[in-house]
Amino acid sequence: MKIGVLALQGAVAEHMKLLEKVGAEPVAIKKVEQLNDIDGIILPGGESTTIGKLMKKYGFDTALQEFSAQNKPIFGTCAGLILLAGEIAGQDWNHLGLMNITVQRNAFGRQRESFETDLIIDGVAEDFRAVFIRAPLILGIGENVKVLSEYNGEIVSARQGNLLCSSFHPELTDDARMHDYFLQMVIEYRGQTV
Amino acid sequence: MAEQGTTRVKRGMAEMQKGGVIMDVVNAEQAKIAEAAGAVAVMALERVPADIRAAGGVARMADPTIVEEVMAAVSVPVMAKARIGHVVEAKVLESLGVDYIDESEVLTPADEEFHINKHAFTVPFVCGARDLGEALRRIGEGASMIRTKGEPGTGNVVEAVRHQRMMQSQIRKVSSMSLDELMAEAKKLGAPYELLKYVHENGKLPVVNFAAGGVATPADAALMMHLGSDGVFVGSGIFKSDNPEKFARAIVEATTHYEDYELIANLSKNLGSAMKGIDVASLLDNQRMASRGW
Repeated sequence: MKIGVLALQGAVAEHMKLLEKVGAEPVAIKKVEQLNDIDGIILPGGESTTIGKLMKKYGFDTALQEFSAQNKPIFGTCAGLILLAGEIAGQDWNHLGLMNITVQRNAFGRQRESFETDLIIDGVAEDFRAVFIRAPLILGIGENVKVLSEYNGEIVSARQGNLLCSSFHPELTDDARMHDYFLQMVIEYRGQTV
Repeated sequence: MAEQGTTRVKRGMAEMQKGGVIMDVVNAEQAKIAEAAGAVAVMALERVPADIRAAGGVARMADPTIVEEVMAAVSVPVMAKARIGHVVEAKVLESLGVDYIDESEVLTPADEEFHINKHAFTVPFVCGARDLGEALRRIGEGASMIRTKGEPGTGNVVEAVRHQRMMQSQIRKVSSMSLDELMAEAKKLGAPYELLKYVHENGKLPVVNFAAGGVATPADAALMMHLGSDGVFVGSGIFKSDNPEKFARAIVEATTHYEDYELIANLSKNLGSAMKGIDVASLLDNQRMASRGW
């Protein structure tokens, strides 16, 4: 199963390593044409403003919207979650606008407030070590969105059909269970692509 | 239980900067230009390195007003420089809430013997290095990110190339060594043994490794990526050029697509003049910033 990692900026290698660990074939995606060769894609952690600008510049914004319309799974971590969000608090525009969620950028504060903690993630793990770095939060969810994990009563992971997101960075640990969950999504949707 | 300031949280912050460009800025206006061009972070300074060179005298931590002004202006992470060994400047920057501290040879060192014990901070640090031994000594002190020293403020990439080539060649050598040879190599490099063992086993530093010091054009940035850098710092190269906005955007794109030479050719067209620059060979020994620190 070929799974891409958007390689415009950010923690690309870490995602590729974990995809390999769960038995997928990872591909670094730098050009829009490469999207045709993969069954799912991860939008990695990085700086959402940087990745968002480069995405738009190279036409990844519309290409990824089409990718999702074909029922191909997309997993966004941290900056990737911001890219997927339909609404970003405090600004009147979004990046891909694919998920019915409202997010708050840098919701915990600056880097000194960044932290790691154990989380329960529905259908993934009871004891997942989650690393939050200048992380966003999901303030609210809309139709068809299922909450997968909460931290102190706030939403930090969710799924909407073929779309998956997390505020934290599963790529910063050796724990591949979140990647395995995404691989199962890709396998599940592969038969249904339109 | 939530834990702040762990090694993973500090090093992880630098991982998120990979493939990106960190730009020196001296006010809110420049910070906004950098952010709009796609910088992954900005370094808030009182003067860019070229002006520090020109001004002479003692270069110190920036006025906190400038750091706060930059922090208020952008949503990307903000870094700031403290003098080598100046624990109090670093604590002050941490209290201001900067996202990363650069213990930097661009400023006049405050301590010629000891660098800051960076383990004692919640905020992560980046430090300069010329070779593997120096990089591992800084990591041993708690640095969460390494960059080449290069020769700051010259617009001449030659020293950054020398330092990255040296680092990569030493990493390759250590990777292929027999375990029996490692302790002798640790002694020779002046590197902590356990960290050298990590390099031996993983073929890379345990932290992100950026290029810095003399990067002035999109092709310079791409060259440093080609040599194995994880990302690029651009100091004077942006705001000392003819057209900072264009240079900033072009350097960001060239860093992402460092192997796409047609794109780099297009990015390099009609850019205007890069910063004038200095031939590093013309510098006297006491004008070289890279030799500050050990």
